[in-house]
Amino acid sequence: MSRELELTEVAPLPGGESLTAEGLERLIGPFRRGAVPEPAEEMGFYTDTSVCIGCKACEVACKQWNQLPADGFTFSGNSYDNTGALSAESWRHVKFVEQFSVWEAGGGDGGAMPGRWLMMSDVCKHCVEAPCQHACPTGAIIHNEFNNVYIQPDICNGCAYCIAACPFGVITRSTLDNHAHKCTLCYDRQKDGLVPACAKACPTASIQFGPVEELRERARTRVEELRRRGVADAWLYGHEPTAGYSRLNAFYLLLDRASVYGLPEAPRNPWLSMRGDYLRAVLSVLPPLAVLITALLRGR
Amino acid sequence: MPGLGTSLGRGAATNYQQDLANSDCILFMGSNMAEAHPVGFRWAMRAKEAGGTLVHVDPRFTRTSAMCDVHVGIRSGSDIAFLGGLVRYVLEQDRYFREYVVHYTNAATIIAEGYEDSEDLDGLFSGYRGDRRTGRYDPRAGQWGYEAAEGVIPEWAGAGPEYRMFREELGMLGHSLEAGPQMYSRSRVESTGELAGGPASDPSLEHPRCVFQILRRHFARYTPEFVADTCGCSADELVRVAELLCSNSGRERTSMVVYALGWTQHTTGVQVIRTAAILQLLLGNIGRPGGGIMAMRGHSTIQGSTDLATLYDSLPGYLPQPCADESHDTLDSYVRYEGLSTGYWANYRKFIVSLLKAWYGDAATPENDFGFGWIPRIDGDYSQLPYFEAMSKGEVKGYFLFGQNPAGGSPNAGLHRAGLRNLDWLVVVDWFEIESANFWKDDPGTPPPADIRTEVFLLPAAAAPEKEGSLTNTQRLLQWHDKALDPLGDSRSDAWYVYQLGKRLKQLYAGSTDPRDQALLHLTWDYDFDEPPTLPDGSVSRIAGEPDLEQVLMEINGYRVNERDPATGRPRLVGGFGELEEDGSTACGCWIYSGVYPGPGRNRARERRRSHDGIEAEWGWAWPHNRRVLYNRASADPAGNPWSERKKLVWWDASLGRWTGADEPDFDAGTPPGYQPPPGAEGLAAIAGSQPFIMKPDGVAWLFAPGGVKDGPLPVHYEPVESPVENLLHPGQHSSPVLRYLENPLNRLAEPMSPEFPVVATTYRLTEHYLSGPMSRFNSWLNELMPEMFVELSPELAAERGIVPGGWLTVRTPRARIEARALVTRRMRPFRVAGQVVHQIGLPFHWAYAGEVVGDNANDLTALLADPNVSMHEAKAFACQVEAGRREGNRAEPTVRSALTLHHGPAPDTPGAAQPEGRFGHEPGA
Repeated sequence: MSRELELTEVAPLPGGESLTAEGLERLIGPFRRGAVPEPAEEMGFYTDTSVCIGCKACEVACKQWNQLPADGFTFSGNSYDNTGALSAESWRHVKFVEQFSVWEAGGGDGGAMPGRWLMMSDVCKHCVEAPCQHACPTGAIIHNEFNNVYIQPDICNGCAYCIAACPFGVITRSTLDNHAHKCTLCYDRQKDGLVPACAKACPTASIQFGPVEELRERARTRVEELRRRGVADAWLYGHEPTAGYSRLNAFYLLLDRASVYGLPEAPRNPWLSMRGDYLRAVLSVLPPLAVLITALLRGR
Repeated sequence: MPGLGTSLGRGAATNYQQDLANSDCILFMGSNMAEAHPVGFRWAMRAKEAGGTLVHVDPRFTRTSAMCDVHVGIRSGSDIAFLGGLVRYVLEQDRYFREYVVHYTNAATIIAEGYEDSEDLDGLFSGYRGDRRTGRYDPRAGQWGYEAAEGVIPEWAGAGPEYRMFREELGMLGHSLEAGPQMYSRSRVESTGELAGGPASDPSLEHPRCVFQILRRHFARYTPEFVADTCGCSADELVRVAELLCSNSGRERTSMVVYALGWTQHTTGVQVIRTAAILQLLLGNIGRPGGGIMAMRGHSTIQGSTDLATLYDSLPGYLPQPCADESHDTLDSYVRYEGLSTGYWANYRKFIVSLLKAWYGDAATPENDFGFGWIPRIDGDYSQLPYFEAMSKGEVKGYFLFGQNPAGGSPNAGLHRAGLRNLDWLVVVDWFEIESANFWKDDPGTPPPADIRTEVFLLPAAAAPEKEGSLTNTQRLLQWHDKALDPLGDSRSDAWYVYQLGKRLKQLYAGSTDPRDQALLHLTWDYDFDEPPTLPDGSVSRIAGEPDLEQVLMEINGYRVNERDPATGRPRLVGGFGELEEDGSTACGCWIYSGVYPGPGRNRARERRRSHDGIEAEWGWAWPHNRRVLYNRASADPAGNPWSERKKLVWWDASLGRWTGADEPDFDAGTPPGYQPPPGAEGLAAIAGSQPFIMKPDGVAWLFAPGGVKDGPLPVHYEPVESPVENLLHPGQHSSPVLRYLENPLNRLAEPMSPEFPVVATTYRLTEHYLSGPMSRFNSWLNELMPEMFVELSPELAAERGIVPGGWLTVRTPRARIEARALVTRRMRPFRVAGQVVHQIGLPFHWAYAGEVVGDNANDLTALLADPNVSMHEAKAFACQVEAGRREGNRAEPTVRSALTLHHGPAPDTPGAAQPEGRFGHEPGA
């Protein structure tokens, strides 16, 4: 795999004979309108953390398919998580949560589990109403025909508004090209009828990909099944819209509260505050304006 | 794996990984399957989804534990104590599957009167000679054999070479990783075969000398309290696991045991596996769906490499390598000593003659013993550990390394490096410049390069997609893979190198009349492609001289020497090992693989037809004879009916007059359940219709092993050699009395219970890396996931030693001192052993001094201490000292520039719209 990376180092520049044609294309290209894609079924991820074994095959498959660079060889000391966070270079991130009791010198644990080790493969949530998309001033962030949130890398100007807007901390800006990047839900693979790389690589079907409606149904059945078996805390995160946030097209089956996994308990779409913010902004101009006008009038 | 071979007949996993899904309860022990075999682990998860219970018994709480319903922490090296506790529970609570035990095991067999158990001799069995440390057992003197039905204990006829070697010198045969026939030959000849009227037995299981009663007495002291005191778990935990296994075994339910190198890498490894076999036999779980013992292999196609005899003392198909001894002088004497008259090994002569015909072709004739004299004889122990020990003393000149990294991955790796430094020449065939290739310049502990005389040749190897061939996986399944593209540059497949080397050597020695060169000159070595090989896109491969591995597979499958297939003009292929002959009219390169290529163009390892029935009989091909569950005759009761509808697999169909079912019967298909062998019957005819273990001379599985194991007929709890803890069972016998230790200044040991080394250590693997890292530490995407050598330890130990989470610590043994980062976690818990708190640490062994990320090597800490049966080392339990801070001395530097600093331009030959998303900065538009 690293051989492939090395190859790119010596890759020749694009064919010299058509440089002028390419220059022309570069000027005209942005004004061309391509064919509008056919509307397609809404697709998404359902991540069942109850069967995640923390193998990180999703992280590697994602990096390999998308040719993302490794982003540092740093030992974190935090369980088995050396990835740390989702970023422009890491579009999947397996979280490890250790919940263990303190050992007592009295002997074994009497047959009870001393605790549990939760694992969860985090990814862009592909929000049905996505704050990043609302915040993007260039229109680089779109909902594509699969209703997935997609950053068009050739349109992104690197302003970083999306980074501030995302309540999940999914997006960062790459230091390599200064643009924002995140999971594309393997848009390119989907267009060719392939399953996203991470879901394909997942050995235990913790990451499932498919039509969102079908996934939601599957997830509901699974939660019922788990609860019947005594896993009372199993629940779905992002499966239904809440007062402050839309549904997520990448949603989760969790075994504990959202904050345990580092997810916001009640995400709120900044967009919901926008009307009031605009109004307040307009209104807040009025007093100084009044003062100014008064001063000008008095001054005369 | 004589552990499985001696108990059941074949040294291989009994079931297949998909069968985990059919299990009602799975005990993972000595295995971290979710991390080391994550893809196969999906089937365990399937079992859990279906309501099954998963149990993990391990010193560490791992990613496997996280998926299990129960985790029991036990101290490294206390496995037999725990398993013995389970065996005792099953026996004392009368939870064994009586009908199964009486008919399918040797529980009822009566053992000779002179046998004395380890319980009566303070940890030794009768027949012991030695110093309670590196001694030997003489099973004959110890009277381990069966008693004859007619009350006569026979003369121990024709003791095999193993026995003779015992008399003379240590070592030689019996280090085979697999149970070859020598395991049985001695047993049959010495204990059962010569018994007039067969062995005496008592089906009521009441006779005081019957195996069942011996077993009961042997394990009587393995009480829950003893187990708790020795293992560091609680008594309740043992009872809970025992109850889970008992309530999920029987007619309607089955439990499976999964193990890996956590069991094998001990001086008692074979006996740990024996204990598991005893447990599974008592519970009636062998030969049944969702039951059995899954031996998870540690490397890709390691099963295949032992099947095809990469071991020094084994020929293909587990025929023993002849030794320099008069018993192996001629083919006749070899067959007489190694063959058997009853059970499947009665066909021994057919297998060895067909092998010789495959190797020496027309030169193999009845007159010259089919060239048997050309096979090199062994005159000592050439297994890896003694070999490298000899190398370190300068006794070896040259070495070829294909796909192995002893400088990083072997136990006491420092001694292995000392070996490599003392060679004249070394050839390393690998993808990268691994530790075994750069030891002379990049090893921080090495003398200056000028002082090292070894000349190293590093040859570039092809990767899996760049070559064709088959892999034999953990469940004996052969899967063929095609070549997708030509390897880069001068890289070549391993087969290419070996084939070309053979050709050149034959050329070099052409015309020689020296007798010792005749083996080479007569070797059949013609596997050229008939037509230039093509790639999947139809183009002709640019690699010249590659051997046609399908021709090799056809030779392995076997063919009739004198018959031609009209379709191909080649010799007619045989359909299976049943067609092999002893007169030289058939050739077969590995009898257990016979049937994999039964006809022209029909490479069954290449088949990929789904049947969605679990067995998937047309997906790859499993030896023997595509049987997916070994001993599956035991899935039916003695009368041939399934034990239950829920767990049926193979049964007797009276209307058809044969065995039938979902799997290929591992039994003579036409032998009815009621068949009784006539007196003097030989071969399979000597096995009754109710005896499922056809590889055993008496047709039943061995709870008690009258032979075949060098450290006793029954498992005993011994402490690891370097254990800080006293042996509570046998205070007078701390560790195994028959272990193998290589005296060498680089291989010093800690004294048992030494206060200088109070911490128990074990080594393990992570999902993110592979072995010592030759395939993973050159890959940035894996390195970023686990970038540095670390040690897992409990907050209690960290506090005691002033170690800071994420900071540095040093681990010391008498062999080495290494530094690592501290991963302080509550997943590691101290143990209370015999009233004392014992700390345990875990060391992944993925780092060394070659690659993008480097670090100190856990394998430098371990010793060359081996089990007497298979020379497997003890890396899974040793004593050490742990201190805060870094060690003194040189440190390794990365030898390869990290790929993450490379410029990621656009992918070549790819339009903009199809560029990978992550090629940051790629050209827009187009």
